[in-house]
Amino acid sequence: MAESWLLRGVLPYGEGAPVDVRLADGRVAELAPGLAPGSSRVLEAAGQVLLPGLVDLHTHLREPGREDAETVETGTRAAAAGGFTAVHAMANTDPVADNAGVVEQVWRLGREAGHCDVAPVGAVTIGLRGEALSELGTMADSAARVRVFSDDGLCVSDASLMRRALEYVKAFDGVIAQHAQEPRLTVGAQMNEGVVSSRLGLTGWPSVAEEAVIARDCLLAAHVRSRLHVCHVSTRGSVDILRLAKARGIDVTAEVTPHHLLLTDEAACGYDATFKVNPPLRTQDDVDAVREGLADGTLDVVATDHAPHTSQDKETEWGAALPGMTGLETALAVVAETMVLPGRLTWRQVADRMSARPAVIGRLEGHGRPLAVGEPANLALVDTGAAWTVDPAASVSRSRNTPFAGRRLPVRVTATFLRGARTHGEG
Amino acid sequence: MSGAGGSTSRHLLSAGDLSRDEALLVLDTAAELEQVLASSTVGKLPTLRGRTVVNLFFEDSTRTKTSFELAAKRLSADVISFAAKGSSVSKGESLKDTALTLEAMGADGIVIRHSWSGAPVNLAHHVRGAVVNAGDGTHEHPTQALLDAYTVRQRLGRLEGLRVTIVGDVLHSRVARSNVLLLHTLGAEVTLVAPPTLLPVGVETWPCAVSYDLDAVLPKSDVVMMLRVQRERMGVSYFPSSREYSRRYGLDVRRAAVLGDDAIVMHPGPMNRGIEIAPEVADGPRSTIVSQVANGVTVRMAVLYLLLGSAEPAIGVEVTRG
Ligand SMILES: [Zn+2]
Repeated sequence: MAESWLLRGVLPYGEGAPVDVRLADGRVAELAPGLAPGSSRVLEAAGQVLLPGLVDLHTHLREPGREDAETVETGTRAAAAGGFTAVHAMANTDPVADNAGVVEQVWRLGREAGHCDVAPVGAVTIGLRGEALSELGTMADSAARVRVFSDDGLCVSDASLMRRALEYVKAFDGVIAQHAQEPRLTVGAQMNEGVVSSRLGLTGWPSVAEEAVIARDCLLAAHVRSRLHVCHVSTRGSVDILRLAKARGIDVTAEVTPHHLLLTDEAACGYDATFKVNPPLRTQDDVDAVREGLADGTLDVVATDHAPHTSQDKETEWGAALPGMTGLETALAVVAETMVLPGRLTWRQVADRMSARPAVIGRLEGHGRPLAVGEPANLALVDTGAAWTVDPAASVSRSRNTPFAGRRLPVRVTATFLRGARTHGEG
Repeated sequence: MSGAGGSTSRHLLSAGDLSRDEALLVLDTAAELEQVLASSTVGKLPTLRGRTVVNLFFEDSTRTKTSFELAAKRLSADVISFAAKGSSVSKGESLKDTALTLEAMGADGIVIRHSWSGAPVNLAHHVRGAVVNAGDGTHEHPTQALLDAYTVRQRLGRLEGLRVTIVGDVLHSRVARSNVLLLHTLGAEVTLVAPPTLLPVGVETWPCAVSYDLDAVLPKSDVVMMLRVQRERMGVSYFPSSREYSRRYGLDVRRAAVLGDDAIVMHPGPMNRGIEIAPEVADGPRSTIVSQVANGVTVRMAVLYLLLGSAEPAIGVEVTRG
């Protein structure tokens, strides 16, 4: 049984007067001002913001297959350092998580590591090849209880197969998380197609390749009355389409990454492949649109798309480098920078976008719950007065490919608790 | 301490790196070198004696490689040619490791040709020596633009105010990118002519005009620069057939006839005779194709001289190492 903690002087959702919070038996036992320590271990956290533990819908843990870039252990430790208490582990591992054996292995590794809960994502198609459905039901019924299915990294581009996948997962309340990228429009694509790609002579990845797939999938989801989740929305057009789809009552949810909230394609100008990512960084107009979309709820959640890579896969020519950026340790601080400080989101809304809604989409029990007595003690503490400079060498993640290196970020996660046990923090 | 130790290094990575004064300095220096060499009996200058120039060609290009080799040798530099072909594609030795090797060898200048856009920029971050971009992917080929400008000035006496038309696959052309930047810097008025499929998105932000209609632009052109069109573009429907391409965008005898009396025709080579340019035009009196090749050596000598000839390079950009 985890020890009891007393968090002193915290601001739940950053609101109201400071309170003390006692964690006992894995739950929030008391929440009131002036609690006596008793036998609890005291954490002085005066003025810090208390949030429900964050839930990531989109994490690449790389195990099995690329343990040189990340393992379940290092990736979940990085997650805890970022305030996460649950992550969804993407299926594009080697071997691919397209069967019960692999998803149970990843789930078990997560349990053994104990830093945060790991909900494995199952591949929609065998080997991510986009040809035939994986045994989705068997993965759903496995110990890993898979509810989110995705070929992420690749798009389920075949419209018929996508339709069948959307229909089939209804039987166990699953969701298809689509990496929206029309493959024929993105052959050899290296970065956002636009003024910058033309100047740099890098093959463009046009917005329409994302938007066309999202539009199609929304219509498919409406037609078969299933639910759809759209990964890493990056363009203004995508936000517009999703807004329209939601207005029509289509059961679609969508995520945006921290890097698409902050960075633009101008970052590619020095050909530093740290900034190569898929979907690519877009224009300032797109950044403005995804911020608006996240603020008004068109985009339901922030998901990291944490994609660790080794230095040899990044410190190379842009065209030869692998796409992806780490994000778990910086996600909340980037959301604070882009959304909270400018007044676009309150901390309560951050809790909604980064904890409650992703837990609902992933059908994760015990996560994304409100801050209230009796709820599971999955919590993150945020010091809003602790600006810090991102140092890749200090990454908890095994990989160093953060696009925020050297950047000053305004807030820091000081402690994370998983069912009452501290998974991150000191003192 | 390796070769370039102590002094500042500057690089030629993009034609946009050159100010108007720097670009003119390259052209004037090339003109002087041409004169000096013409009166020299040995055909060689001692300027870069004791300095090492490495030719690092990750992509086949006999003509550009030979041109740079000749340029360096005529300045008495030690020239090493690295057979680096395919090393990045096969994920063997990385560009970074190659750079470290060059550092150890004390390379003062590194001439790099690479199939990936931006590779010269990446290299410049890892070496002390001066990096010269000899063509990177679909990005740039600045010395080609310099030799083209030199050739134009040689034939027409000036660049300022000249109307230069660049025709063909602009989308994939590093020659076009570098020429647009340099010619704009030097005061020429550039018009790009291509089928819409072969123009990059955002081309309207470039410092040039754009047209789909070659016949409308030709009579108003002082210089026509034909780009090589690659047959493999047909397979992905950039245009329906080489015959149709030739009919709409090829410089044939009929079209060449509408050009002004002094207008010249250029091609960076290698040519597809009969597709983008008719043999009669390529070999005709307006053609500068042969002098472009000869001028290539002279202009590259000027570039190497200005980057390596003294402790304080006269042209180019600095790049933070790290
Ligand atoms: Zn993806």
